[in-house]
Amino acid sequence: MRPALFSGQRVVVAIIFFLLLISPPFLSSFLLTLLTQALIYAILAMSLDIILGYTGLASLGHAAYFGLGAYSVGILATRYGAGFWVTLPAGVLLAVAVAAIFGLVALRSIGVYFLMITLALGMVVWGLAHRWVTMTQGDNGISAIPRPDLGLPWSLAHSIPFYYFALAGFLISFWILLVIVRSPFGRSLVGIRESESRMRTLGYHVWLHKYIGFVIAGGFAGFAGVLWAYYNGFVSPTDLQLATSVEVLLMVALGGRGTLLGPALGATIIVFLKNLVSVYTHRWLLILGAVYIATIVYAPEGVVGAVIQWARRTRTGPLRSEA
Amino acid sequence: MEFWVTQAFNGISYGALLFLLAGGLSLIFGMMRIVNMTHGSYYLLGGYVGLTVIWRTGSFVLAILAGALAIALIGVCEWNAFLKRLSGQELGQVLTTMGFALIFQDLALIIWGGDPYTIPVPSVLSGAYQIGDLYFPVYRIFIIAVAAGVALVLWLVLEQTRVGAMMRATVDDPEMARGVGINVHGISMVVFALGAFLAAVAGVVAGGFVGVYPGADFEILPYAFVVVIVGGMGSLKGALIGSLMVGLLDNFGKALFPELSYFTLFAPMAAILAVRPTGLYGRA
Repeated sequence: MRPALFSGQRVVVAIIFFLLLISPPFLSSFLLTLLTQALIYAILAMSLDIILGYTGLASLGHAAYFGLGAYSVGILATRYGAGFWVTLPAGVLLAVAVAAIFGLVALRSIGVYFLMITLALGMVVWGLAHRWVTMTQGDNGISAIPRPDLGLPWSLAHSIPFYYFALAGFLISFWILLVIVRSPFGRSLVGIRESESRMRTLGYHVWLHKYIGFVIAGGFAGFAGVLWAYYNGFVSPTDLQLATSVEVLLMVALGGRGTLLGPALGATIIVFLKNLVSVYTHRWLLILGAVYIATIVYAPEGVVGAVIQWARRTRTGPLRSEA
Repeated sequence: MEFWVTQAFNGISYGALLFLLAGGLSLIFGMMRIVNMTHGSYYLLGGYVGLTVIWRTGSFVLAILAGALAIALIGVCEWNAFLKRLSGQELGQVLTTMGFALIFQDLALIIWGGDPYTIPVPSVLSGAYQIGDLYFPVYRIFIIAVAAGVALVLWLVLEQTRVGAMMRATVDDPEMARGVGINVHGISMVVFALGAFLAAVAGVVAGGFVGVYPGADFEILPYAFVVVIVGGMGSLKGALIGSLMVGLLDNFGKALFPELSYFTLFAPMAAILAVRPTGLYGRA
């Protein structure tokens, strides 16, 4: 078992989850929809963290899998009236299948080349969404996606039940991903990030580890996309464009790579920032741009990374802080 | 027949424009391994600065020069203040340059507004040559000529001059280049400025036929990246061949399979990378 990052870590996490559980009645409907949106993006950011944070591979095409999940819902639900239990496996499996193919191509390279190849692959999917009008309705996007009917007594068309629906999706994803990163497989991913050659020498199948990580990340991004389509009721090519892929990278970097909850926090910050700032000013792109730059200049390890460093410093004393 | 000739001509002229944009980017990649999401913004801002200059002075040549020099200056400042410290940190580079791209996008919107503009071209360059039933717009021939000229000059500089030899050495192995006394820092700055300069030239030139409009930056950026990765980072020959391939595939894809047009562009690129991860002429 991994030691706690700082004392009281579990308490903090428990308090956050408790607040997430009880908050809906106390929030305005605007804030509640933002929180729902944040939970969905948190799943997307955590999925990217598997390959970026734990394995050390920066992908510039992660929004593609998100988009595949979202478009699966859009197309199946509006054309064929498919329900959640059809669209969910369809969306996730499509994302997994495409990630399995793209992974074969992308994982032949590392570093800048990996970034560029994932970019090109992401553009393939974006291009289909943008131009395959008979299937995707092109730039107009697919609108009027109905909220799912799970046969529950509460209709998910209302914001509070849908919030709990998204929260359930987030908690399940978080729990599965946590099990994965704490498993021997997850520890091997970290080993690959730290030193690929050493892991190879130790007899690990490095490529296979990366590949499985890549596919898992794609699958969870697809799951986030499924939830997003239902939340938004609308999917369009902007959901999977290059700028969205970069925004997910920012969420992970801002929160803290390789911490799982950090990227979830980063997603929350960005979602709230984008929506709240745009209420007050049209110039939110300037502010978002500044956040990008400031993250790299002032918090390269992210918010959670900075907290962990601070906690370690106070625990081990200032003299050993450079270690 | 007419269709094929016209589309091939359009593809080659678009490829020429892409070469202007991506030639410098490829050298930047090869030399500094910097992933620069701002490169599309250089293209867009170049177009806008050119537009303003041509409104004020009426000179097309001055518009190209002023646009390119202004953007080269911006590029050098960005590189000096931020990017050169981020060598080897791809994630940091992507996010920092993306931040600049968003800021430039918004600044352009504040200064020039959201309307699309076309840069007026001199009368010498308007009109078309007619051969049989085929029309070849003079302006597109001009773009091909500019790109060919730039390619020739870059090739001569890289292959025939002392500075070019230093650049090639830096692309091949920056540490050894520094070790033998080459001013890698200075060379990198010059190359970065050159890349921004050429991107802005492309922006002004493109303003004459596709126009200058918000969103052009992120529209063209993936094309530039694809040219660079398919041709191979740091290879001028690769950038040239990559540009022509992308230009032709893009045009024929849009004409023949409009619904699958981006797919027919990016999927073959991905296939090439699957076989040659470092691109056609790139070295790992």
